[in-house]
Amino acid sequence: MRRYATLAALALGPVLVLAVFFVVPVVGMVGRGFVVDGGLDVGGVLEVLGRERTHRVLWFTVWSAAVATVVSVLLGLPAAYALHRLAFPGRRVVRALLLVPFVLPTVVVGVAFRLLLGEAGPLGGLGLDGTPVAIVAGLVFFNVAVVIRAVGAAWESLDARPGEAAAALGASPAQVFRTVTLPALRPAIVSAASVVFLFCATSYGVVLTLGGLRYSSVETEIYLLTTQLLDLRAAAALSVLQLLAVTALLVVAGRLRAVPDPTLARQLARPRRPRGADGVQVGLTLLVLALVAAPLVTLLVGSLRADDAWSLDNYRALDRVGQGSALLVPASDALVTSLRTAVDATWMSLLLGGLIAVVVSRRSATRGERRLRSTLDGFFMLPLGVSAVTLGFGFLLTLGRPPLALLDSPLVPIAQALVALPLVVRTLVPVLTGLDDRQRQAAASLGAGPLRTFATVDLPAVRRPLIAAAGFAFAVSLGEFGATSFLARSEHPTLPVVIFRLIGSPEPEAFGTALAASVVLAAATAAVVLAVDRLGGRSFGAL
Amino acid sequence: MVLGIEDLSVSYDGVPTVVGASLEVPDGQVLAVLGPSGCGKSTLLRAVAGLEPPSSGRILWDAADLARTPTHKRGFALMFQDGQLFGHLTVARNVGYALRLRRVRDADARVAELLALVGLEGYADRLPATLSGGERQRVALARCLAVRPRLLLLDEPLSALDAGLRQRLAADLRTILTAEGTTALMVTHDHEEAFTVADHLAVMRAGRVVQQGPIDEVWRAPADPATAVFLGYAQVLEGSAAARVRPGADRLAVRRSAFRLDEAGPLAGTVASVRTTPEQVRLVVDVDGVGEVDAVAPLDRVPAPGAGVRLALDATRTAILAPTT
Repeated sequence: MRRYATLAALALGPVLVLAVFFVVPVVGMVGRGFVVDGGLDVGGVLEVLGRERTHRVLWFTVWSAAVATVVSVLLGLPAAYALHRLAFPGRRVVRALLLVPFVLPTVVVGVAFRLLLGEAGPLGGLGLDGTPVAIVAGLVFFNVAVVIRAVGAAWESLDARPGEAAAALGASPAQVFRTVTLPALRPAIVSAASVVFLFCATSYGVVLTLGGLRYSSVETEIYLLTTQLLDLRAAAALSVLQLLAVTALLVVAGRLRAVPDPTLARQLARPRRPRGADGVQVGLTLLVLALVAAPLVTLLVGSLRADDAWSLDNYRALDRVGQGSALLVPASDALVTSLRTAVDATWMSLLLGGLIAVVVSRRSATRGERRLRSTLDGFFMLPLGVSAVTLGFGFLLTLGRPPLALLDSPLVPIAQALVALPLVVRTLVPVLTGLDDRQRQAAASLGAGPLRTFATVDLPAVRRPLIAAAGFAFAVSLGEFGATSFLARSEHPTLPVVIFRLIGSPEPEAFGTALAASVVLAAATAAVVLAVDRLGGRSFGAL
Repeated sequence: MVLGIEDLSVSYDGVPTVVGASLEVPDGQVLAVLGPSGCGKSTLLRAVAGLEPPSSGRILWDAADLARTPTHKRGFALMFQDGQLFGHLTVARNVGYALRLRRVRDADARVAELLALVGLEGYADRLPATLSGGERQRVALARCLAVRPRLLLLDEPLSALDAGLRQRLAADLRTILTAEGTTALMVTHDHEEAFTVADHLAVMRAGRVVQQGPIDEVWRAPADPATAVFLGYAQVLEGSAAARVRPGADRLAVRRSAFRLDEAGPLAGTVASVRTTPEQVRLVVDVDGVGEVDAVAPLDRVPAPGAGVRLALDATRTAILAPTT
């Protein structure tokens, strides 16, 4: 009984927060679509799913996400090998640089790709602007880092000896890879691929900025239905569908996520110097680096040009409110708002995520307890499955009016904290479950109470992952756009919101200012992530 | 068909772990490299397997230098301390792994034959995770022997097992290696294991081979006190103490059972401690002019601590070491 009491005490806070700030808004938003004139209207929802446009949107979502996943894995595998198994100068730097795209604000990436592929851009000749190819490229740009990190981390911690045993039995390097390494990596690859698919299928900013109105995924369709067409029933139907699909995917991914047995001693291979045979992998890594760098360099160059000459005018415009501009505040104010919001969102998601991770990762004594813990685990992962748009609009619909009337409280950081929450939990949980439970038992047998045991065994192990989680939460918050675009008030917009408004503005100078603001935002995010990487905080790879 | 190691040195990050080792393993023989942990013996083995590049020296097979031959083309099978079975393959597929690589026909028959050889008939469809430690090592051995390697490399093959099993499996290993006529190089820190399995012995310490030769020769004449202690001698008496026990000896290595209680014995001493074991009584006796030594007594005669006793020496349980130079 005491175990359940402790469990309840730890879980109560997060459950309440999630109930108020997640379940209520989402249910409110979805309910609005299902309930018409006071009665439940399921038929109307099903009618939405039968529409031809809905089918088109679903099909586009699935195939673009699938293609982007496959390309991400194909590009990510050789890079994971080169960056985690080979030793060459600059390895750390390249690893850190390839991590940056994952946390870049989607709006920034959208702007960068538009600039790169647009008619006047360096790759304008390819005519890819506004095509599905551009969208897939944007998705790959984001997610190749996930594959590299997740598979790389697994590859790095792979025991070298089975491969050596196979080589000694006469297996050539290619045969060793096929018969020993690949089977060992398969869980990591499948898990990374399912997460990438999830990110791609629920991507919002990239599709919205690159696809415009011609190509629409479920997520952007929900946005269009909600804000432009005011068809809440259709939006609710799609939201529910998305929630179900994502939940199913999360269950599959959870099954495949293998935590290495902590009681097993492994002998890790030290990274070795590249040989001639590694040329292909190194070449592909350079290609990935170039693909990642191209949009960013274009963005930087674009921001430094005004009136066909090199100049800093775009940056000077950052602290001005343009005449007749759509903005009420200069971009520099928005940056300050963004940073403040990110600090709040970070501590909130760390506090929540830390509690959740402890609750979820503890070894259960009975089957009932285990079931309870895994149910909670699934519950806390829900934010991953719900469209940020649904969440943001749901906030507006439910929390802004009695009985809750919370709109004056800081909703933006709370929404962002919820978006970052799964990332925080998934960074901490593998570390905590990966600890050998006998360590805790040893501490307890030496007379340490539960808190002391936690401080002796758990805390040192999660210190670095905690730094990593903080960094990623901060970066996610800086770039969050989906929910924020609904909740940010126009006198206090965040930087991504300002950038989005600037892109849409008819003023000629606005686009230049958007570029400069994008560079600033990208630099701020990259700085945070590189600092985290520097501090040794590792691996959201286990996500 | 001889493995030759000539003046081999291997370094890790500039720190030498093997220094100037020279060894030879003749056809059909088993050489055990014996040494404490961290002496570089496993590194030596990995270098022979082609898993560590030598910093200098040569590894030869029939006088052909193997420097440019990668691991998988050397035809040497390597057996790890904990087997390193492929967890996703059944026992039969583990054993048949190398056969499939070489597209050998009738692989199934050979696998069955090997499983019988290591005493694991009926285990073909089991997964490694369901096996005990000893069974895993048997499967690992069968897997190594499948394609009749030119040379079998054994890295502490039995040390992960408990004592009783280790003794039994060591004897089995000897029988199996002899039956297959396998040339083998084994590294171990356990001298009993080395004596059971090997024909030749090389003793390594701090990266250097300090002594080598046929196993009984090394056993009978350890090169120095540290080697003697490592080979299971209880202590090394020096100078006048050695001469008093065995006239003419400058340094004498004695086993724990070298002195026994004998009323007519030439050495007088006082019992310091007594411990009864199932087979005999173990004593520590302070011998006049020699110091404390281990001694044994039959179970029906247990002297009290502090009693005066006389000891006789069993010279076959001692080894005279070369004088210090």
